[in-house]
Amino acid sequence: MNLAEVQRGFSDWLTDTTGEDGKPAIASQASAGFAVYRNNYRAQLIGCLEASYPQVARWIGADAFREAAIHHIGIHPPRSWTLDQYGVDFPDTVFALYPRSPDLRELAWIECALAEAFVATDSTPLTTESLANVNWDAATLTLTPSLRMHEATTNADDLWFALDAEATVPEGEMLDQPGGFVVWRKGFRSQLKRVDATDYAALLALRNDGRFAAWCDVLVERLAEERGIARAGTLLAEWIGAGIVVDVEIENQGSS
Amino acid sequence: MRTPPPSFSGYGLGLRKEHYRDFLDTDVPVDFVEVISENFMVDGGQPRDILRRIREKHPVALHGVSLSIGSSDGLDMAYLRRLKSLADDVQPLFVSDHLSWSRIAGFNSHDLLPLPYTEEALALVCRNIETAQDVLGRAMLFENPSSYVAFDGATMSEWDFLAEMSQRTGCGLLLDVNNIYVSASNHGFDAHAFLRGIPANRVRQVHLAGHTQGPGLLIDTHDKPVCDDVWALYATAMSVLGPVATMIERDDDIRPLPELLAELDTARSIGTRSADHREVA
Repeated sequence: MNLAEVQRGFSDWLTDTTGEDGKPAIASQASAGFAVYRNNYRAQLIGCLEASYPQVARWIGADAFREAAIHHIGIHPPRSWTLDQYGVDFPDTVFALYPRSPDLRELAWIECALAEAFVATDSTPLTTESLANVNWDAATLTLTPSLRMHEATTNADDLWFALDAEATVPEGEMLDQPGGFVVWRKGFRSQLKRVDATDYAALLALRNDGRFAAWCDVLVERLAEERGIARAGTLLAEWIGAGIVVDVEIENQGSS
Repeated sequence: MRTPPPSFSGYGLGLRKEHYRDFLDTDVPVDFVEVISENFMVDGGQPRDILRRIREKHPVALHGVSLSIGSSDGLDMAYLRRLKSLADDVQPLFVSDHLSWSRIAGFNSHDLLPLPYTEEALALVCRNIETAQDVLGRAMLFENPSSYVAFDGATMSEWDFLAEMSQRTGCGLLLDVNNIYVSASNHGFDAHAFLRGIPANRVRQVHLAGHTQGPGLLIDTHDKPVCDDVWALYATAMSVLGPVATMIERDDDIRPLPELLAELDTARSIGTRSADHREVA
């Protein structure tokens, strides 16, 4: 048996959650040592999910979380070299296990997004001076690489803040009007905010097409001209201050 | 042919997030720190900033767990490029990983799985080491792992494998004394034979850690102080190796920094005394 066969046999055995064979088929005899590797494998991944989703774990309880984690490990063996990537699809597993709890799925998405934003590529905030004399008609806005967005249908952000503060946790509930969750990093701290449907659509539009003029058109279309332009100005100031918009590029002029 | 990186003799600790504040705000009496490479192979944010600030105060060794040098389907080049970027940024004392494998056919176990000590594995590991060293532009160190199973068909001892691997590739060795102790106990070999079989002139770093008694096996848990038997083995190792960078690894049940510094003082005392009485071959 060559090395590749040994390694495939070992990994097949590690990831096999259906049987409880004490050894891989490649081994001639069982030994307590194989159990150490299987235990290490599972414990490492459960620990990774616990560290990545602490508020989900608090919300559903340690036993239910462990059950969900074991289920996830069974269907999603890790593929990346970094454990930071393991669990990015855990929100889908949570939803599959708790299809009647969209708040839980959105809570899991929030935790995943906060962790991703924490180590996303750095960006430098815009200064007020850099915005002087910008020809906005020709301007393209750049968003922070740490930005993560997701439709909000529940008050999962309220749950997250309460769980994080170890305060009384409100009931999970559906929102009257869906909006969006926005996660990004300012400085070294990940940020979470829920925005209404209009602002969410505006941010999505800006991510899809960074041209300021096109973005204003989207807001004008939704809010009519006067309110749309006013809203664009307000949002732009807010997003620059928050570190969501991090660059203004002028056609043929480069970055500000 | 590469040669192992320059020697550095001193005493250090594995940097863990529980102690970031201590290292950033105070003058911690260590000669170097070792960090887990993968924790800092990120695009940006606080981890890289913390590492930059600590690097301004201390020499840093990069210690990886995901290179998977024994993978039969080769190395992950994206991983290697990230490691190179980090190494170029940090300018570390050493870049190390383990003599093990964790990745095959896209699956990554995130565990240090054992290799059969065969000619086929040796040739493959050497090929992978040469690739890694070429990409990084520097010689690496490889650590002897703790292991819990041995494979049928092994044709050489672990120490012979390490010695030949180092000879063929020019890599250095990171000798984990606790791992020698754990594996010797689990597989019934003589830990002193391991020490005698290692080319002392290629060892650049020593790890010390604690382990746990499992059902019929010792398990390398890094959650306890170094035990007396491992201290004794360390004394023997240092009498063979002479002065070499030594550090304590603690990865679970992380203790307050003064406790780890006291343990490091023990290492310093034993290491200095033993290295002064070095056996000359």
